[in-house]
Amino acid sequence: MSLASVSQVRPLPDAATAPAILKLTDIEKIYQTKTIETVALNRVNLTIGKGEFVSIMGPSGCGKSTLLSIIGLLDEPTSGTVEIDGRPVAAYSDRELAALRNQKIGFVFQSYHLINDLSVLDNVELPLLYRSGVGGKERQQRALAALDKVGLSARTNHFPSQLSGGQRQRVAIARALAGGPELILADEPTGNLDSVMGEEIMDLLLTLNREDGVTIVMVTHDEHQAQKTERVIRFFDGSQVS
Amino acid sequence: MLLSYLKIAWKVLMRRKFFAVINLFGVSFTLMILLVVMAMFDHLVGPGTPIKRVDRLLFVNVIRHQRQDDHGWMNMPASIHFVDDYVRKMKTPELVGICTGVVNATAFTKSKLLPLDVAYTDGNLWRIMDFDFLGGRAFTGAEVQQAQPVCVINEATARAYFGSSAVVGRTIEIDLKRYRVAGVVRNVSAARVYAYADVWLPYTLSADYYKDNRLNGVFLPVLLAPSAAAVPAVREEYRQMMRRVEIPNPKEVKAVYSYADPMLAGITRGLLNYQDQTVDDDNLDVFYAIVSGLALLFMLLPALNLVNLNVTRILERSGEIGVRKAFGATGGNLVGQFLVENVVLALVGGLLGLALAAGALALVNEAHPVAYAHFTLSWSVFGWGMLLTLVFGLMSGVYPAWKMSRLNPVAALRGGGGEQK
Repeated sequence: MSLASVSQVRPLPDAATAPAILKLTDIEKIYQTKTIETVALNRVNLTIGKGEFVSIMGPSGCGKSTLLSIIGLLDEPTSGTVEIDGRPVAAYSDRELAALRNQKIGFVFQSYHLINDLSVLDNVELPLLYRSGVGGKERQQRALAALDKVGLSARTNHFPSQLSGGQRQRVAIARALAGGPELILADEPTGNLDSVMGEEIMDLLLTLNREDGVTIVMVTHDEHQAQKTERVIRFFDGSQVS
Repeated sequence: MLLSYLKIAWKVLMRRKFFAVINLFGVSFTLMILLVVMAMFDHLVGPGTPIKRVDRLLFVNVIRHQRQDDHGWMNMPASIHFVDDYVRKMKTPELVGICTGVVNATAFTKSKLLPLDVAYTDGNLWRIMDFDFLGGRAFTGAEVQQAQPVCVINEATARAYFGSSAVVGRTIEIDLKRYRVAGVVRNVSAARVYAYADVWLPYTLSADYYKDNRLNGVFLPVLLAPSAAAVPAVREEYRQMMRRVEIPNPKEVKAVYSYADPMLAGITRGLLNYQDQTVDDDNLDVFYAIVSGLALLFMLLPALNLVNLNVTRILERSGEIGVRKAFGATGGNLVGQFLVENVVLALVGGLLGLALAAGALALVNEAHPVAYAHFTLSWSVFGWGMLLTLVFGLMSGVYPAWKMSRLNPVAALRGGGGEQK
C-alpha cells in the first residue's frame, strides 16, 4: 500500500456510537515523595471508540505522557479504573498485563527506541517474540508484511544506525503493527523529525487508521498534526480541559 | 526466541570490546586456575596408567596404634605378619597385593652415579595394576617366594643405565647387588605413590621383610574388589577383621585402628581426621564441601565484578528493557534473556579458560615438577570445567537479571533505572 492511497478511506467512526476500546474513569495519578505530592492526573474521564484517531495536546508536564503510560498499561493509576474492551484491568497480574500489551497495544515513541544491535527485521519481529504459538517463519512473514506496509521492504537487513530519522520511525511503526494490535499509542511520533518527514509519518498513521481501522491515540505538541485527527483532547496541569 | 537471545548476546559482547575483554579475562583466568588444579587432582586420584581400576581398589595406608596412658599415637604402614595373617586371609577381595613407598638406592653407570627410587612389591600387585610393559614381564609370585634377584625397571632407568629400553634378561647392579631385569615398563608418575618407582624388587628381598608378631612395618596392602559395587563389602570385611587383630604388646598399646579406603578417601582420612583417629570417618563429605566452598569462593570475586559491571550495563540498556516490556516481555522473559547473555559470555570465557589451562599444563609438564608426571585435561575435567562455567554464568547473571526484570518500563523508556513498585 502506498501513501498515495490515503484517499481510499473508510467512513470515520462516530465517537459517540463506536464501541469503546478504552475507557478511563476518574483516573488520578499522584507522585508522592517524602516532602512533595505532585498530582500528574486529576480525575480524568475518557472514552476512546474503536477505530478513532485521537490527539492529546497540552504543555510540557501537563500529564500527557503519564496518561499514555496508563493507557498503555505500563503504569498504574493511583485511583480510578482503566477498562480495555469493557474489562477493568486492575485485577490483572503483571503476566496478564504483559500478554494484554502484547496482543492489543502497539507503541510508537518519539525517540523510536529501536534496538540498535538488531536488524530492522529483528526489531519488527519483537512483539511476536513474546507471543506463544508464533513460529520463526510466521514471525518473519508478519514482520515483512508490516515493513511492506510502511514502505521499508528494501531495508530489512539494515541496522537502525544506517537509517534516517524518518525511516527509523517507520520501522518503529512497523514494529507496532507487526503484532496486529487494535490500539496504537504514539508518544510525539513526529517530535524528532523535520516537517517533511513529520508529514510522511503523520500520513502513514492516518492511512493505518482509515484503511485498517487501527485505533490511534497520539500525544503531540504540534497543533497542525493534531488537527488532522478526529478528536483533540487538551490537558492542563493534569486535568482534561476539552 | 533463543536464537534472538543468542544473537543479541553476541552483539552485546562485541559492542563493548574493552568490557568484553575485561570480563572474559576474569572468567577465563579463574577457570584456567580451577581447571589446572582439577587436572592435577585428577592425575593424583583419577584413573590412569597403571592405576586404571581405581574404582575397584582399596588402599591401607597406615596401622594406627593408640598408646596406653595417653602417650599418643604411633602410625606406620603394615608388617608382613599383618598382611599374611589378616589381610591375605580376607574373603571378599579378588586380589590382595602389597607395595612399599620408595627407598633411595644408587646404581653406577660407566660415567656417572644414577640415583634410583626402589619399591618392593609382591606378584599380585602386577595383576592388580595395569603397568604398560615395553618388554619382558612382571616377576611372579613364585619368584617372590623364592626371593629371586629379579627386577622390573622403568624406561628412564633402562635408558640411563643401559642406553636402551630393550634390556630384558640383562643385569643391573643396585647398591652393589645384582638383579636380572625381568621387564621394562613405561615411566610411572611420582604422583601415583602406590605405583611409582624406578625399580621394583620382590618384597622378600627387602631389609624390612622379617616375620615377628609386630603389626607395623613398611608394606602398603592394596585390595582389588571384584567390582566397584563390591567395594563397600570389602571395606566392611576389613573393618570386621580389624576387630579380631591381636595387639602384640597390650601393656603399651591400648588399641589399633586401620581402614581400607578408596584412594581419595584414604587421603581425606589422613588429612582431615587426624584429631580423633578412633572415629571411622573418611571425611570425604567434608573434603567435598571444603573444596566446593573454596572453588565457589574463588569464583565469587570475578563473579561479583561481573555482577557489578552487569548492573551498571543495565542502565545503558534501559531503553531496550523498556521497549521489550512495552511489547509484552514478562519479567521471566527478561531474566531468561539476560541469563542466556551471561551464560554465553561465561561459555566463551570457559572455552578460553580451557585453552589457557591446556597451555598452562603444557608449561607445567615442561618444567617437570613431579617426576614422570604428565598432566592433561581429561574429558571429565572438561565436563567439570563446563559445569563450573555454567555455575559462574548463572552466579553472575541472576542478580542483574532480576534487577533488570524489575525495572519500571516508564522510567526505563526515559533512560532511568527506577524499579517497579
